[in-house]
Amino acid sequence: MTAPRTLVEKIWADHEIRDFGNGYSLLHVDRNVMHDLLGALVFEPLDRMGRKLPFPNQHLISMDHGVDTDPGRGDETKIPGGKEGVQGLRRKGKEYGIENYDIGDVRQGIVHVVAPEQGFVLPGQTLVCGDSHTTTIGGMGALAWGLGLTEIEHVLATQTVTVEKPKHMRIWFDGKVNPGVTPKDMILHVIGKIGAKAGNGYAVEYAGPAIRSMPVEGRLTICNMAIEMAVRFGIIQGDEVTAEYLKGRPFAPKGALWDQALAYWRTLGSDDGAKWDREVQIDCSAITPSITWGTSPQDVVAVDGLVPDPAKAESADRRAYIERALKYSGLEGGKPIAGNKIDVAFIGSCTNARLSDLRRAAAILKGKKKAAHVTAWVVPGSGLVKRDAEAEGLDRIFKDAGFEWREPGCSMCVALGGDKFPPGSRAISSTNRNFENRQGPGVRTHLASPEMVAAAAIAGAITDVRKVL
Amino acid sequence: MEKFTKVSGTAMPLLRANIDTDAILPSRYLTRTTVTGKTGFGPYLFADWRYGPDGKDKPDFILNTPPYRDAKILLAADNFGCGSSREHAVWALVGYGIRCVIAPSFGEIFYNNSFNNGLLPLPLPLAQIEALAAQIEKGTGKRQMTVDLDAQTLTAPDGTVTKLTVDPARRDALLKGLDSIGITMQGWDAISAWQAKDKARRPWSYL
Ligand code: SF4
Repeated sequence: MTAPRTLVEKIWADHEIRDFGNGYSLLHVDRNVMHDLLGALVFEPLDRMGRKLPFPNQHLISMDHGVDTDPGRGDETKIPGGKEGVQGLRRKGKEYGIENYDIGDVRQGIVHVVAPEQGFVLPGQTLVCGDSHTTTIGGMGALAWGLGLTEIEHVLATQTVTVEKPKHMRIWFDGKVNPGVTPKDMILHVIGKIGAKAGNGYAVEYAGPAIRSMPVEGRLTICNMAIEMAVRFGIIQGDEVTAEYLKGRPFAPKGALWDQALAYWRTLGSDDGAKWDREVQIDCSAITPSITWGTSPQDVVAVDGLVPDPAKAESADRRAYIERALKYSGLEGGKPIAGNKIDVAFIGSCTNARLSDLRRAAAILKGKKKAAHVTAWVVPGSGLVKRDAEAEGLDRIFKDAGFEWREPGCSMCVALGGDKFPPGSRAISSTNRNFENRQGPGVRTHLASPEMVAAAAIAGAITDVRKVL
Repeated sequence: MEKFTKVSGTAMPLLRANIDTDAILPSRYLTRTTVTGKTGFGPYLFADWRYGPDGKDKPDFILNTPPYRDAKILLAADNFGCGSSREHAVWALVGYGIRCVIAPSFGEIFYNNSFNNGLLPLPLPLAQIEALAAQIEKGTGKRQMTVDLDAQTLTAPDGTVTKLTVDPARRDALLKGLDSIGITMQGWDAISAWQAKDKARRPWSYL
């Protein structure tokens, strides 16, 4: 009998072509998703070798990173070189026979929104993409992680990748989730609790009753931010909820293959007695709507809490850390986080720009208006999200509230496609990174749920979403 | 891939935790690959810390101070290179002339990207890095260090030599400048046999 194994160990074993015996394995890659930033460059080794893709159908392209999100956009990007990336990848996609969700295609959108939406990933698979938030796809029960460009060259040439074996961590979510608390708050809470480097070297499985009862879209949000605690793989076991979500999607298996796939997924759960190198317990009833105050996703505070006071820091290092972050974020230590005036409200990104996110934000905005001084944007995660949202009239709610309703893409999550907020502005954002200058030079980012973004847009300042529920 | 055997030169301490790849190379330079491929990113290393809005050097950023302008080794704190997967961060460091980053821990994607571009990411305990930085900042004014991957030694600014242990697989690839696709392709027959068997075993997974 085999020893009890974790979910990740099982997927690993089923994809391991070679164990190098030195802590690294050569893994088979089931799916690779590519975006415009890779351009034609990533095909250079194949071109040079005169090699075809061993499995062209296992790759997918969606143009998301550098593309503009203005209505009526084309290939032209505001960022120099963006257009060449789009056109280069388009050309290579055609040449190598890869499906491409191009600008103007209703299926185009953020890679990590598009892959689940199309059923391009299944539980128990391996999926890679040249973007660190590929961890998102762990929410589908797949082993999914981000690669650098050179590693993708390797995937294209061989459909394999060399990876270091991880240690294993389980984060167990128990207890009742309070009203106003979303998957975003849950994951921010975890990162705030264990820290931005806690996951280094680990694969993390999120489990427990609060995860089991969570819809797929929430699970994607949870896994999206795995990378923000330095985790390479974040995963949630595929289950009946996942199956329900996937069934009938374009790339999902049909007929007998579907049954086979389902039977296989059911064998993948972490065994009782599996060995965890670290276990973390989270009591969901202790989680409140959360928001970041500093320049790392670990700088989390409850929305009704106080910005940390450097004078009360437990060590000199911690004091210097807080002081530096406050200097950038322009907040005062020891004061409530709520009430700080915002300039920009952004709903978008692979963290929180799926239909359920837009629905929840719209529910708060319905019949209300954003504060006059606030610039507010919604960038749907994909063309299909946008279409479905419009069918429900969500676009009207956003527009009536004074939000711009834009075309799908990464937009202000990475501030690359020429989308810009004024330097130094204070943004509340449904994205995943509040690093210095992430949303443009000098822009101060507060990460929060889409609901909190909506509530802040109305109030013109950071505000407790529970007051408007 | 470029070989790495040994680097000798100025070591620059930047002991801040969680230095992310957005800070190392801001996103607005990412599309330059369409012009220059993987090269030409050196001038944009740490751009937002290095240059003011007017494009001029910020005098208080350490890389802009004369003793460190020719830095070849970077001393950093925990979780260096966290965040975005952009390989451009590594290209910017190497493009500037930095060939070794010493930190207690690294963002894992950054760590892998480094090896693919002849940049040595060297994990050492924070206390040891702080001691090296202290020699540089307060001590003798010496800031030359040597990291010898072949001999697996580190020479501190004060001349003390310590033994290093580097992951043997990684070390070998760097020393020889091996091309990862080339290595994998040597075993291609076995890989493709595995993939054919897998297709029969998990037919639902193939499109
Ligand atoms: S939305 Fe942001 S995090 Fe997601 S893929 Fe785009 S740039 Fe990366």
